[in-house]
Amino acid sequence: MPSKYTTVSIPQPLHERIQKLIEKKPGFKSVSDYVTYVLREVIAMHETKEVPEPFTSVDVEEIKQRLKALGYL
Amino acid sequence: MPASPHGGTLVQVKQAPSDSGVFEGFSDACRLSIGQETQKIVWNLGNGVFSPLKGFMGEGDYANVIEQMRLENDVPWTLPILLFSERPKGVKAGDDVMLADGDRRPVAVISYEGNFDIDRKEYAKKVFGTEDSSHPGVSKVYTSPSSVISGKLKVIARPEYGGYADCTLTPKETRILFTEKGWKTVVAFQTRNAPHINHEYLQKSALGLVDGLFVNPVLGKKKSGDFRDEVIVASYRALINNYYPRDSVVMSVLHYEMQYAGPKEAITHAIMRKNFGCTHIIIGRDHAGVGDFYKPYAAQEIFGEFPDLGISPLFFREFYYCKKCAGIASERTCPHTEDDRLSFSGTKLRKMFSEGEVPPKEFMRPEVAQAIMKFKEPFVV
Repeated sequence: MPSKYTTVSIPQPLHERIQKLIEKKPGFKSVSDYVTYVLREVIAMHETKEVPEPFTSVDVEEIKQRLKALGYL
Repeated sequence: MPASPHGGTLVQVKQAPSDSGVFEGFSDACRLSIGQETQKIVWNLGNGVFSPLKGFMGEGDYANVIEQMRLENDVPWTLPILLFSERPKGVKAGDDVMLADGDRRPVAVISYEGNFDIDRKEYAKKVFGTEDSSHPGVSKVYTSPSSVISGKLKVIARPEYGGYADCTLTPKETRILFTEKGWKTVVAFQTRNAPHINHEYLQKSALGLVDGLFVNPVLGKKKSGDFRDEVIVASYRALINNYYPRDSVVMSVLHYEMQYAGPKEAITHAIMRKNFGCTHIIIGRDHAGVGDFYKPYAAQEIFGEFPDLGISPLFFREFYYCKKCAGIASERTCPHTEDDRLSFSGTKLRKMFSEGEVPPKEFMRPEVAQAIMKFKEPFVV
């Protein structure tokens, strides 16, 4: 059950530019490959900015005490 | 600020003392015995080292990981996390199953989702890049059942790290530690070895680029001839205490069985360290490799396929002491031949230690060598 795929429309001239680019640049098998790569790179930057730390201030104090006891702080 | 957890969530499974009532009342059919290495997987799932995984993979994630190197939700992931076991009799999807160690002590409770079969040759070929049973990872898969259980962890017995409790930190703890230290950038160093001079230079070169260094030796089942766990810890303590600025380095161990999957394991190593809060990871020569199954720098090349990994690799060539340069060098900085390098095979090093001979200081710090020599048998037999 490998990944499912869907279709996204991009302007024809952009498709042509990418096609030309990947002909000179090894590593991308198709325009879809290239677009997937770029989108993953861009979306990862946005997702990273929105992630809160998964602990409370109580957690932090308890863990700081343990870290001090172990000599890490 | 530490790196965001992989997949956006640091998984934290509820923990309970092993004598808690949550582990009582399971019939023999709903009790499954697991080995020590699977127990370590449970710990790593439970405390978020394997985030965003919440349990043992189902068929969809498994198929996607071996075909695409991604989970079904498109998050990068390269090694299957499986619970090898025949279908438990009389258990149906949704039932709770308790995992217990060899002494029948509780390890965890999972919500059983089902069993599925894997093709072990396909697993070997797609994960390790070989079907050769002389590869330790392949050999392990071939001797495992072809049936695997999928299921999410509901609760785990509080992990007991034995003699390593004082140097085992969870991702939650390291994330707070790095923040308290004011480190915005942290580079991880994965190791399964006692440190040579070349490792020290690798780490210090990386440390010059970031705020902190996280030395994270792997403890667990290893190959014959590898350094024993206690030797690795003692030797790193000797190195750090004598040669590292105290405010720039943290060492904590990781309980994990090496797969020797080369490039694919390098990605998993990076993901685990990202969950610990590291922003960078050192990837050197033949990372996570074994024998000559992988090209020396294959583990560096594979990172190019993951623009969304969320942790940056720092690539280095191998360091060594060059007799003509009279110093530490690498292929990029030294024009001399391999014959001019000071190097010792594992076999020669083992012989030296067994005969009480100290390696030259250009190869290993004397304090590190002394720490190793305190052990009667420093190597895995």
